[in-house]
Amino acid sequence: MLISYNWLREYLNIDDYTPAQIAEKLTRSGVEVDILHELNKGIKGVVVGHVLECEQHPDADKLKVCQVDVGEVEPVQIVCGAKNVGKGQFVPVAKVGARLPGDFKIKKAKLRGQVSQGMICSLQELGYEGKLVSKSYAEGIFVFPHEVTPGEDALEELNLNDTVLELDLTPNRSDCLSMIGTAYEVGAILNREPKLPAPRVHTSGEKASDLVSVQVDSSEDTPYYGATIIRNLEIKESPLWLQNRLMAAGIRPISNVVDITNYVLLEYGQPLHAFDYDRLGSQEILVRRAKSGEKMVTLDDQERVLSEDHLVITNGEVPVALAGVMGGADSEVHEGTTAVLLEAAVFNGSVIRRAVKDTGLRSDASTRFEKGVDASRVKEAARRAASLMAELAGGTIAEGVEEADNRDTGKLEVELSLERLNRKLGTSLSDETVSDILHRLDFPLTKTSRGFNVAVPMRRPDLSIEVDLIEEVARLYGYDNIPTTLPDSVTTPGGLTKRQVLKRRSRRYLESAGLNEAITYALTTGEKEASVRPAHLEHEVKLALPMSEDRSTLRTTLIPHLLEALSHNRKRSIYDAALFELSAVFHTSVADLQFQPEEKLNLAGALMGTWQEHPWQQEKKQVDFYVAKGLVEGLAKELDTEGALEFEQAEIKGMHPGRGARVMVDGRYAGFVAQVHPAVAKDWSLKEVYVFELDFDVLTENTKGDVRYEPIPRFPSIDRDIALVVDEKVSAGQLEAVIREEGGHLLRDVKLFDLYEGENLEEGRKSIAFSLRYLDPERTLTDEDVTRVHNRVVEALEEKLGAALRS
Amino acid sequence: MIDRLEELQAEALEKVSRAEDLKDLKEVRVSYLGKKGPITEVLKGMGKLSGEERPKVGQKANEVRDAITSAIEEKEARLEQEELDRKLKEESIDVTLPARPVRRGNRHPLTSVTETLEDIFIGMGFTVAEGPEVETDYYNFESLNLPKDHPARDMQDTFFITPDLLLRTQTSPVQTRTMEKHEGKGPVKIICPGKVYRRDEDDATHSHQFMQIEGLMVDKNIRMSDLKGVLETFVKNYFGEDREIRLRPSFFPFTEPSAELDISCAICGGEGCRTCKQTGWIEVLGTGMVHPNVLKMGGFDPEVYSGFAFGMGVERLAMLRYGIDDIRHFYTNDVRFLSQFK
Ligand SMILES: [Zn+2]
Repeated sequence: MLISYNWLREYLNIDDYTPAQIAEKLTRSGVEVDILHELNKGIKGVVVGHVLECEQHPDADKLKVCQVDVGEVEPVQIVCGAKNVGKGQFVPVAKVGARLPGDFKIKKAKLRGQVSQGMICSLQELGYEGKLVSKSYAEGIFVFPHEVTPGEDALEELNLNDTVLELDLTPNRSDCLSMIGTAYEVGAILNREPKLPAPRVHTSGEKASDLVSVQVDSSEDTPYYGATIIRNLEIKESPLWLQNRLMAAGIRPISNVVDITNYVLLEYGQPLHAFDYDRLGSQEILVRRAKSGEKMVTLDDQERVLSEDHLVITNGEVPVALAGVMGGADSEVHEGTTAVLLEAAVFNGSVIRRAVKDTGLRSDASTRFEKGVDASRVKEAARRAASLMAELAGGTIAEGVEEADNRDTGKLEVELSLERLNRKLGTSLSDETVSDILHRLDFPLTKTSRGFNVAVPMRRPDLSIEVDLIEEVARLYGYDNIPTTLPDSVTTPGGLTKRQVLKRRSRRYLESAGLNEAITYALTTGEKEASVRPAHLEHEVKLALPMSEDRSTLRTTLIPHLLEALSHNRKRSIYDAALFELSAVFHTSVADLQFQPEEKLNLAGALMGTWQEHPWQQEKKQVDFYVAKGLVEGLAKELDTEGALEFEQAEIKGMHPGRGARVMVDGRYAGFVAQVHPAVAKDWSLKEVYVFELDFDVLTENTKGDVRYEPIPRFPSIDRDIALVVDEKVSAGQLEAVIREEGGHLLRDVKLFDLYEGENLEEGRKSIAFSLRYLDPERTLTDEDVTRVHNRVVEALEEKLGAALRS
Repeated sequence: MIDRLEELQAEALEKVSRAEDLKDLKEVRVSYLGKKGPITEVLKGMGKLSGEERPKVGQKANEVRDAITSAIEEKEARLEQEELDRKLKEESIDVTLPARPVRRGNRHPLTSVTETLEDIFIGMGFTVAEGPEVETDYYNFESLNLPKDHPARDMQDTFFITPDLLLRTQTSPVQTRTMEKHEGKGPVKIICPGKVYRRDEDDATHSHQFMQIEGLMVDKNIRMSDLKGVLETFVKNYFGEDREIRLRPSFFPFTEPSAELDISCAICGGEGCRTCKQTGWIEVLGTGMVHPNVLKMGGFDPEVYSGFAFGMGVERLAMLRYGIDDIRHFYTNDVRFLSQFK
């Protein structure tokens, strides 16, 4: 809502406050003023000029040479290029030395040999947006519709010495969508009573009831519909003051009758519609739901196909307006209109909302209907408009209003307890203070033993229960004046849950291991995921109406967006990057989602390029599978994952077929670690990339609780190495498993320390060496003890895996 | 014999002082103190001496032996020290050569801000609550006093999945979920961080995905003055002791009275600057007293219980804290951006 300071002054004495002060007061009491528009900003030296002569430029077809009286001794010569300039006009003139918005300075000039001492201005040149300028002047200079004294300040005439307050209204404060509502609000803040227009209607001898009948199908859809008939109208340009006010409020002037309906809309917040009475096609108004498939052409010349969800105004037969949203083209007021049916109605907000949603037509009128108009003022708004039509368009008003009136006039009384108010706010306000505030708001009230009974006026539909009134009192009393205290309730121990602690620990671990934390978008596309989405997931969670194809489904894996992040970096010549993310993924087993999908917390990493480098010592280690595997192992250790962590060779979708492992925790699938398939990596313009993705809750399911101290061994351990030659298909994991099984409780640790394939070995064989550490916590081990166990290990390796001791 | 011993001592000491390395010293030790050395020889001849002379010679022999031993040890120590010094000198390196870097990753700034906030409120006795990102219409809207068709739903453009399922537009649904778990018994003191989603075109100040932190305190006799006190404690803790707060009336469907909380601008000290749009104040969070309908739907009796809630955008806090000018940086994951935070 745009509020003109000058217009507001009409209802309230605010001369002792600047627009900025009013704005600050409004903002601090709950109606936020976003911007202050000073309309004359950057304008200086623009006066009224009278065009005394207007001749064709001798050397330029499109220019005119004008002699203009600007209130000085001699007229000045101005060369003007506007088509609509003409002798006798009163126009705004920027004199030599004047300034216009955009830091535009007017200088004396010569145009094709003719001296020009100034510029005749268009409204656009004076700072108005083109879309607000009446079509009559949109293509040329502005011409005053009446005589003005040359030399006077043109800004004053154009009401440009005004400031417009742009309100950023919260949805509850629809009462401030009108000048009168805003005047009430400012009045309550300043403790001043607004004075409101009191329209007087002089009627002609005709009776409205002879000219029209009104019927509504449903009083729920249309609590009130009133029709006033005004005849003998002359459609013409509105007086300047009215045009000025519309423009300041952001509405383009069109012609007097339409401008008046818009003016009253702004003043009262009551949308009105004027039908061309003679083109209605009947003398009957019937408000009903549209029939399914019923068509009408709205006044933007679009054909609308309607449904039973929509409310229409009909002439008894066919729709003449989509109620509360837009009129029909056939009954639109035009230049030749002489009589109008003025509609003032209250429509059900949610019905209008539906129509707006279906048609995409949102207007100043529909916005107000959606939020609810003040039913107690609808008739007064109609009288105001009718009287202005009589005054400004020469109309005669038929006696009476034809109406269907089913308004709920049950007055809303709300009890306000002083004790509850003070308890809620932490204040100790007296009943004088509270009643004073309620009086400022102009809320009628009666005193009760506990506080007040407050009659809430219909202009404030946002107030219906006690706490609404408590807020009203609080905001006008001033939030700053409420004391500052701390709760005197029981103290509670704060803290994190075990899972939250583990989440933090995983982050800390991966950070300290050298990975940067990434946060990527949850919305993605099926296409982007297709190559890496877990094979068992057939369905995805799709948005009903995505904003773009790129963000249309919820991700099932963190990998694609991590690859995208790597790709972003690589394209910026960052070749070494290691990222991790701890975020939700969304899994569903059904195509038609009935319930919330399964939300899993995944922990994923993606690495490329160099892992460690120290150039002058010739050290360089590229990221490889084992780096990624090490991160997963380290993570499991950090999280005290209980039970066995195993890596099973596996082919994983989207991954290198020979370089991937399923990560198993106690036999349960917890995720994978792998090199991304080069063909997939290529889709993201990447080369060698290693990733892991783990289900956080599987990984941490059996995390140990508190640490239990384990005694440090008092007896020495004994190390024995074992060097084996095996078939190359036998995996290190298999060998280690046999060693651990046979080693029994004395075997404390197994370390692979050598791996060799190639020369000096039989084709298809490899050499692999382990170091085994034996320890008995109860006694000192003897060589014989160890040898016994060690031999058993060797035998088992020979027997089960065909390993031979390397000589 | 005593003369002989003194002679031997002088001879040996002379050799010790001339020894150039540990090998020379070892020779001296062997030749004078060894089992076949001259001192042993002297002692072997003691049998010929009188009972009176014997102890004297014995004592002298010991003295000589001790003198030679300590001379050797002293020299040995010195030679060892010299040798070590020489060796260390050879081992000296150029300490100005570049170090071997220790790999270290960085925390995402949004995580950093979230954890800082969590810790502040944990210190005030709050716990951290979490909830699903795909929510039902009931928890995201209806239970927060936003029935279907409520005009205030326009405040938040929503990504719907089905008519009843949506991406949560706020972390507030965790409020109702937590209140339900408490089964009508206070106190409830939680903060809820998490991702939320709105239908916004991504630009420098808007993101279709962003993070919020919601807070809720419900108990008997919680007053609006308590809201001011708790939030002031938070502001001073997070933004600094010298920051002032002010509350501006506002509207949220789930609180009443509602307010926006502004903090005094640190950049200009309240004088007005570009960051605070010349107002001297910066908006940081929305807050208010929990609406009675919300308490009721969460299973709390509004006649007995009251409370306050607040919510803030993590990106905004991070942008203020680090001076970041474009919200998209948080989701691009450019390493040059990420590596600036701790
Ligand atoms: Zn500032």
